[in-house]
Amino acid sequence: MADNPTPDLDIPEAIQPEAKPRKKGVKRRIFLAGSALLVGGGIFGVWWTDSSVKAKAKALTVGPGEHGFQTWMKIAEDDTVTLFSPHIDFGQGSHTALGQMLADELDADWTRLKIEQAPADLSFANIALGKGFLPEIVGEAVAGLLPDAIIGMLVRSMPLMITGGSSAIRFTGEVGMRKTGAAVRAALIAEAADRLGVPADELTTADSKVTHAKSGRSLRYGELAAGAATRSLSSDPVLKTRDQWKLIGQPVPRRDIPAKVDGSAVYGIDFTLPDMRVATIASAPVRGGKLESVDEAPALAVKGVEKVVKLDDAVIVVAKGYWQAQKGLAALSPKFTDGGHAAVSTSAIYAAQEKLRKAGGEPDNQGGDGDVDAAFGAADAKVIEADYRVPFLHHAMMEPFALTGHFKDGTLHLWGGLQDPLSTRTKAAKAAGLDVDKVVFNPMIMGGGFGRRFPDLVEIIDQVAVLAKQVPYPVKLIWSREQDVRTGTYRPQSSAGLKASLKDGAITGWRSDYVQSGNAEGEVPFIYNIPATSRRHFAYQSNQIDGPWRSVNATQMGFYTESFMDELAAAAGEEPYRFRRKHLAPGSRHIAVLDEVAKRSNWDSPLPDGVGRGIAIVESFGTIVAEVIEVSLKDDGTPRILKAFAVVDCGTTVNPLNAEAQIMGGLIMGLSSAMGEQITLDKGAVMQSNFSDYPILKLADAPPQVDVHFIESGAKTGGIGEPGLPPASPALANAIAAASGKRIRNLPLVDQAKA
Amino acid sequence: MAIAFSVNGKPVSVEADADTPLLWALRDDLGMTGTKFGCGIAACGACSVHIDGAIARSCSVPVSDVAGKSVTTIEGLKAADGTLHRVQQAWIDAQVPQCGYCQSGQIMAAVALIEQVGSPSDAQIDEAMTNICRCGTYPRIRTAILAATGAAAQTGEA
Repeated sequence: MADNPTPDLDIPEAIQPEAKPRKKGVKRRIFLAGSALLVGGGIFGVWWTDSSVKAKAKALTVGPGEHGFQTWMKIAEDDTVTLFSPHIDFGQGSHTALGQMLADELDADWTRLKIEQAPADLSFANIALGKGFLPEIVGEAVAGLLPDAIIGMLVRSMPLMITGGSSAIRFTGEVGMRKTGAAVRAALIAEAADRLGVPADELTTADSKVTHAKSGRSLRYGELAAGAATRSLSSDPVLKTRDQWKLIGQPVPRRDIPAKVDGSAVYGIDFTLPDMRVATIASAPVRGGKLESVDEAPALAVKGVEKVVKLDDAVIVVAKGYWQAQKGLAALSPKFTDGGHAAVSTSAIYAAQEKLRKAGGEPDNQGGDGDVDAAFGAADAKVIEADYRVPFLHHAMMEPFALTGHFKDGTLHLWGGLQDPLSTRTKAAKAAGLDVDKVVFNPMIMGGGFGRRFPDLVEIIDQVAVLAKQVPYPVKLIWSREQDVRTGTYRPQSSAGLKASLKDGAITGWRSDYVQSGNAEGEVPFIYNIPATSRRHFAYQSNQIDGPWRSVNATQMGFYTESFMDELAAAAGEEPYRFRRKHLAPGSRHIAVLDEVAKRSNWDSPLPDGVGRGIAIVESFGTIVAEVIEVSLKDDGTPRILKAFAVVDCGTTVNPLNAEAQIMGGLIMGLSSAMGEQITLDKGAVMQSNFSDYPILKLADAPPQVDVHFIESGAKTGGIGEPGLPPASPALANAIAAASGKRIRNLPLVDQAKA
Repeated sequence: MAIAFSVNGKPVSVEADADTPLLWALRDDLGMTGTKFGCGIAACGACSVHIDGAIARSCSVPVSDVAGKSVTTIEGLKAADGTLHRVQQAWIDAQVPQCGYCQSGQIMAAVALIEQVGSPSDAQIDEAMTNICRCGTYPRIRTAILAATGAAAQTGEA
């Protein structure tokens, strides 16, 4: 990842667990776990133990007639409860779900709950997220001993306000929202008990009221807020049990949707200011190349163009409007260097990866147990091998990058949609040569992200920071689609060699050797029970900057493992569902998920000739998902997707309606990538430019409906934004193999499927 | 040059080069940002509007082409009293949008389809709805279109 683009988390010695040799892997996992921890910013003070932080948050968010309880929650005297979400909305719907979690524990009136974006200020660093990720860094035992004040300090030092790692619900929601709702409710009850002169245990709460049934009296939360806000909050409040939930688990309509059907939602690209100019940009076609020279005159001759700005590796044209800027840019003939990467190509990368994998060198990271070589060498072992390849993938968020900057009176103001408001500020301050206090970032909703909007990898922040300081007016920089496609931070191009031994229909040894920039060990669990396993990562870095792409390494790891499971089932002469089943732990959640998807997809029912079903199961971000895809083959051999089924165990679904949408969308994005998406390189430069040559699956080619089913296991809450994606590509490849007998090992598959 | 046309029933005039795409005349000159920029080459449909009632991708229509014509954008679908168009309401009922960025264009395409054929079949939906949605909302788009035309609700929802 270039290799880990995020700063290391600096955990004080005192709370470091015993040094383990896999520290590198752990760090990597933290990044991957949300691509996150390190990246960003701010938070949710779970408890206001630090008075200066409290004062700052309060000053930013609490007005007259309102009473703050947490950095992110206030109650107004008119009973309105406001939640400040540290997570950004780019379509995942977590704002509504976080509101459900808070309001349920608080017994708040849902219709009077407002959900707003938390300010991009350190006082809003996300302690809940820190607490969620911390066990993944230092282990549960250590994390459990840390006081919130220490976690708050750590989180603010990161700073942490990211949206990613499918973390909003499982961490912020579980750790932050529910506990806070319960603690504030207890404070409101205590206040009411004093005011009414009755024992607290005679009081009940509902719809933002505390009621004393015996005397028929009740007090509104708005009336109690002032007094309750002065009470100390319990750090360990009693949470509702599942049977007491009224909002959690309900298909509550999302709050953000009405503004998204009438054109009134304002995205970063829509933001305008009086006298604002619009700019666009062309970066070096070869990643790592620099701007050598450019004659500005042809652009300046275009009507409406006002300025040409040269950056180290790009040229920007500023104009009255986007179209004029675009015309000005098109008039230029900038010369860029190739950064010494002229020999880089897609095929050269695969060749180098294969050479590295077969060279017999020490892996950069590894995992697994048992003696794999002994299993392979056993006298009666049947050994199977297969190699797989997956290409760079582009995020293709529908809203291209757009960021508005205005440098005024020594302060840089920014408006746009990025995954982590706090690190956006830090990055902009660095690029502009300003103190962080002199940067104000106003987060806006995002037209998709899928991993592309983590500030550390977002160059538009630096570009606007530099640009805004050179002009006296506000300026909005918009990336064209071409710039977006060619200057991506792609899902890494990756390849793997898998090898396994079979004995009596059972897998006795399994090895996955994979080559790519980053390590996946510790991030993507290997779910099968096999006596000897070995996973070895060989690090290879091209000239590209690899970034997190929805579900991160689980995409390619899922494709490798689940394609190979089908190949092994075929070699063993067994059918893929039962073959998987017998290699999973009896009684496990995995088996329950697999059985359910087999049942719902009618797995054992016969299919006509030329129609096939494929199955796959992948665990990622704490959630287990199994999918079945059913395809027929068109005359040219390419698949038509007929049906899709997904069964999910994420512990608890907070909002089934939205969770269904996330799984459905992830599944379709997985199918899209497998069918036709790829970024290829020639002479170091990206060969694709727009949706014309980077095809996204369209409605006609997507499954007409996706049957999504949740198993409410009650296990620790898992993520929902990403886990729907990884099983889709292997399930599709497996379905094609079932329909045609043709095993596709390289993605995208559309060209290879052709007869 | 001044180019006059109507947007959502109101006469407008923009000072723009003749080759300026309608999309940028709407967004930059008229400040109407509900119509989105996605690709600039008419490949994604995020910029879809109606020109004299027909669906069009405004990033690839020069504003000079709409002189004297009637343009409808996402902002113009609501009734004068604020009541949502039945397609917009169906979009809310089926909880279609995720990031929402492509949905202005999706809704404009769906409205044009329904105005053209009444109650579209699945095959007609497949053929007409060619806008890209990266969030993968397609099954719910289909559900919403069918629901808006009174077809059997197949919500597929839990």
